[in-house]
Amino acid sequence: MRRDFLIKKITFLLFLVSFISVAQHHDNEHAKHSTSHTEETEASLGEEIKEFINHHLLDSHDFGLFSYEDEHGKEVHVGSPLPVILYDAESGLNVFSSSKFHHGETVAENNGSFFKLYHGKIYKTDAAGTITYDDHHHATNTKPIDFSITKNVSFIFLVALFMFLVFTGMAKNYKTSALPKGFGRLLEPLILYVRDEIAIPNIGKKHYRKYMSYLLTVFFFIWIVNLLGLTPVGINVTNNIAVTLSLALITYLLTTFTANKNYWGHIFWMPGVPTPMKILLIPIELLGTIIKPFSLMIRLYANITAGHIVLMSIIGMMFIFKNWIGSPLSFGLAFALSLLELLVAALQAYIFTMLSALYFGSAVEEHDDH
Amino acid sequence: MEKLIEQFSLGLFFWQSVLFVALVLLLKKFAWKPILEAVNDREEGIKNALESAEEAKKEMQSLNADNERILKEARAERDSLLKDAREIKEKIISDAKEEAQEQASGIIDAAKSAIEVEKQAAISHLKSQVANLSIEIAEKVVQKELAAKEDQLALVDKMLGDVTLN
Repeated sequence: MRRDFLIKKITFLLFLVSFISVAQHHDNEHAKHSTSHTEETEASLGEEIKEFINHHLLDSHDFGLFSYEDEHGKEVHVGSPLPVILYDAESGLNVFSSSKFHHGETVAENNGSFFKLYHGKIYKTDAAGTITYDDHHHATNTKPIDFSITKNVSFIFLVALFMFLVFTGMAKNYKTSALPKGFGRLLEPLILYVRDEIAIPNIGKKHYRKYMSYLLTVFFFIWIVNLLGLTPVGINVTNNIAVTLSLALITYLLTTFTANKNYWGHIFWMPGVPTPMKILLIPIELLGTIIKPFSLMIRLYANITAGHIVLMSIIGMMFIFKNWIGSPLSFGLAFALSLLELLVAALQAYIFTMLSALYFGSAVEEHDDH
Repeated sequence: MEKLIEQFSLGLFFWQSVLFVALVLLLKKFAWKPILEAVNDREEGIKNALESAEEAKKEMQSLNADNERILKEARAERDSLLKDAREIKEKIISDAKEEAQEQASGIIDAAKSAIEVEKQAAISHLKSQVANLSIEIAEKVVQKELAAKEDQLALVDKMLGDVTLN
């Protein structure tokens, strides 16, 4: 506890110092660089960083680790292509390797249909790869339904595989001894924490067992995914709304389908209030059941996305400053923020699990006192 | 918001749901269930062991208390036995003394009465002896001196009546 506090204090101090210095620095910068030329390059660098951050936050159709420009000015991508699975009514199912896109540079041809990668999305085109635009500069080409194994999907699969191996290995250990061994020693307290501090207090001793599998899986999944998102490989899937929607939807479905009479009673005919109020409360309560998982979805998505944007922006500032004061400060700030993000990674996993448990608890609560 | 919806990828949603549900089910079967059961068993085991230790401790305490009590009782019994023995001893002694006294006095009484009887017998025997002796003496004396027997007897009787013993 004391240590946590210390870390918080250090983080806070770093924040404060960095912000003050950054602010001062900005003034200097403006004073110094008055020529339009430097401002232009600065602006283009800023644009580039912004583009890079946006790109980082998006999913992609190949497992790219990094890319660089070789001596001929050609972009070289390091990574591996992934399978693309497309379906549309016209040409049916199309399965081919994402290497056919050449990172969006060429049109991919499969079974006589042509597809082009444009802003991370796949569109159906003609052989030349023409993309038509509407007034708002949105592509109007037909979009096939995209079931591709994207970078995020493959990452989710790897995380799932990792979790499966780790936890089944841990389960095997218990067959030979009552005490956990190796990695299990770290994991067991966490499992017990989820059981004793999240599941039992919120759901109750009677019903908590049936939710344990989901709570444990979701806790470790979000935590591991968040942590791995902070590594230099940096494939974060929880900053993708589709992933958080999927998780929140499972919580919603579990809540809805395991709910008892009391839960529905409190939604459709709130006891203890006058009849007109009861009628008024029905839509509000119904909306509430949807808002709860919706908030789960947005919270996780927004926290992780915001963390990544801020962290990457600060890292990007290093390249904008390019001097002896700003860059180390940005580095310090980025370091401090990374520490904070480590905390956020665990905290968001905790909050998601905790609130899911809370909703399950409300679904199976027994109101003996009414 | 518009950007969010535009970015939403149905494919990712689909795969995430499929993979996650599969992960939950697989982990449930192969990891969470055995782990939670093992942990539960262990906790039960620890709880039982603690409880039985507590019970054994209590038993020990009650045994100790029992021992103490038995020892105390034994001591008390020994004390009372000793006391009884002492009382009995004293009683026996005093009884014996009393009886001896009684017997002694009985014997003395019997001896006394026997002596009395003997004395009376001796006295009466002595009386008759004396009478006979006297008669014989008198006969011998009177044979020579007295002619008339009757006068002589009367004289003797009168003389004997005058004789007082002692």
